[in-house]
Amino acid sequence: MSELTQSSPLALGAQPDTGAALAPTQLELMRELGVKPRPGWTSRLSPGLAAFVTNGKGMAGVVILLILVLTSLCAPLLTDFDPKRRAGKPHVEPGYEHVLGTTRMGKDVFTQLVYGGRVSLAVGFGAGIAAAMIGLAIGISAGYFGGRVDDILSFFVNVVLVLPGLPLIIVIATMVEEASPLVIGLVLALTGWGWAARTIRTQTLSLRTREFVLSAELMGEKKWRIILVEIFPNMLSFVMGGFVLGTIAAILAEAALEFIGLGDPNAVTWGTMLFWAQNNLALQSGAWWEIWPPCIAIMLTGAALVLVNFAVDEITNPQLRASRRIGGIRRFLNRRGRSADVF
Amino acid sequence: MSSSPVSRPLMEVRGLTVDYVGETSVARAVNGIDFDIREGEAFGLAGESGCGKSTVAFALARLTRLPGLVSGGSVRFGGEEVLSFGKARLKAYRWREVSFVFQSAMNALNPVIPVSEQIMDVIETHEPRLGEKGARARAVEMFELVGIPPARLDDYPHQFSGGMRQRICIAIALALKPRLIIMDEPTTALDVVVQRDIIEQIVELKAQLGFSVLFITHDLGLMIEFCDRIGVMYSGELVEVAPASSILTNPQHPYTKALGNSFPPLTGPRQRLEGIAGSPPDLRMLPKGCRFAPRCPHAMQVCADTAPELRFYPAQQSEAACHLLN
Repeated sequence: MSELTQSSPLALGAQPDTGAALAPTQLELMRELGVKPRPGWTSRLSPGLAAFVTNGKGMAGVVILLILVLTSLCAPLLTDFDPKRRAGKPHVEPGYEHVLGTTRMGKDVFTQLVYGGRVSLAVGFGAGIAAAMIGLAIGISAGYFGGRVDDILSFFVNVVLVLPGLPLIIVIATMVEEASPLVIGLVLALTGWGWAARTIRTQTLSLRTREFVLSAELMGEKKWRIILVEIFPNMLSFVMGGFVLGTIAAILAEAALEFIGLGDPNAVTWGTMLFWAQNNLALQSGAWWEIWPPCIAIMLTGAALVLVNFAVDEITNPQLRASRRIGGIRRFLNRRGRSADVF
Repeated sequence: MSSSPVSRPLMEVRGLTVDYVGETSVARAVNGIDFDIREGEAFGLAGESGCGKSTVAFALARLTRLPGLVSGGSVRFGGEEVLSFGKARLKAYRWREVSFVFQSAMNALNPVIPVSEQIMDVIETHEPRLGEKGARARAVEMFELVGIPPARLDDYPHQFSGGMRQRICIAIALALKPRLIIMDEPTTALDVVVQRDIIEQIVELKAQLGFSVLFITHDLGLMIEFCDRIGVMYSGELVEVAPASSILTNPQHPYTKALGNSFPPLTGPRQRLEGIAGSPPDLRMLPKGCRFAPRCPHAMQVCADTAPELRFYPAQQSEAACHLLN
């Protein structure tokens, strides 16, 4: 490190040859910027996966999601109560017996939360995945095949885009009378793919004129292979974005529908928990433990999904990975009195 | 063209070092190179792909972006240290003092905006007092300079041929009358006739306007014709800096010799062309001594142990970094 400490950032000497700041050697630079010569256990993973597991935000999101999913799956192991039956006195405060207290009806809030998560998460992820898949299929076909196929598919995209989602669900919910979570999920999936399809179609339109698609066509690759192998990997961030946003929208819409009383009040979900809490004036009677848990669970799910999306962004755009070093590089330049401005 | 006026340096580069920071290693793309670009001079950088020519050009314009990092050295432009310019100074420095012509004009021009707007944008941003009329007058002037009828000013990029687009890029680079133009392979994508056309035009403009040029190309013949002095780079280091007239006739460094041998003479008896055996070293694990030693036919023991320094040899009027010359 001797060279490092000696090198002055900007010598004002008259001798031009000594005026240059000595650069640290490669090893010194690696030490200063924290570049580890031997990659850890992540080197055995594929580069994309390694980028994901070393991404703090992404892993935080995954951990939160895993906790939510696992507690929902293991609900019977975590609690002895039945979510639909009375478990104790009404509005018992959180304590040893009832970790998150009880509702006005005397049902255990923690039990309802973990069982409700099963339905809410299943509806959310199911509708999110379905919407992303429909959007992907329609967007990519419209963009790639063009012509009449594009005209017809774009028509449907536009119909879905102009249809107001929530009011439509309200209408459907009133028609089927006490919409079960499955019905709500189906409707959300069928109305939530508009934006995903629109963005993916636009992206496909610009990709299909690129040389790599053209050369694949000239080499006689089959159309489905061009779509899946050549074009689809370029869409990964759009698909993931569509899935994440679709899932968040579905979870929120489901909760909203049930909260305003259009869902099946007998189902146990985060939305119906809020519906009953509102009906029973939980907040007015000071029973915050009846309202907060489902709210926080919904917020956490949304936040975790957004965090995962950050990591996916980084994988699909390798240039973002380099920007992880920006902090170290800024410090390096500032220490030497150099400007860190690029633009 | 080859008359080299001895004037004061416009840009002094000392010990410039550029690294690319990878996930697990640091690649030293440019290793402490020194050179000057004099006023009104065309300085050429030659060398094979990946030797760091473009990295140097980007560093001089402060365009190095992540994962690149200028880790040491100094770049002085008219006596000022470019590497410590703040945002405002940098904005004035770029284009007003140093402009850039990129390799591919097809990508440098926006396809949905008329070229007139793209030239006038540059002028209006940096010289707002000219106003729109003044900017347009300047744009017309620039189009005439590069030999495109000003009537076509409002056309879109796709309506021009490749050569014309390249000339438009040069016009944009000239628009603010900068003191140095960095040309990173400005004619590589064009055929030889258009290439010759454009180079002749640049030579003429240079004589007229008196700017300096940093010229980068693979085409050694073109470079010798156009440049006053040429620096030959190998694996991130300058191995020789010599007047263009003597780089082929009297090369000092074995690498320059080898480059010359791989370049066919148009006159004289037919010779078998010689390539250079081997390939450049890995920039992440550089040898201790001379980087060219593993491929050098004259390598000695000292070459493997200590790296030679770039020294001035008055007899040849050139600088070279080789132990053979001592």
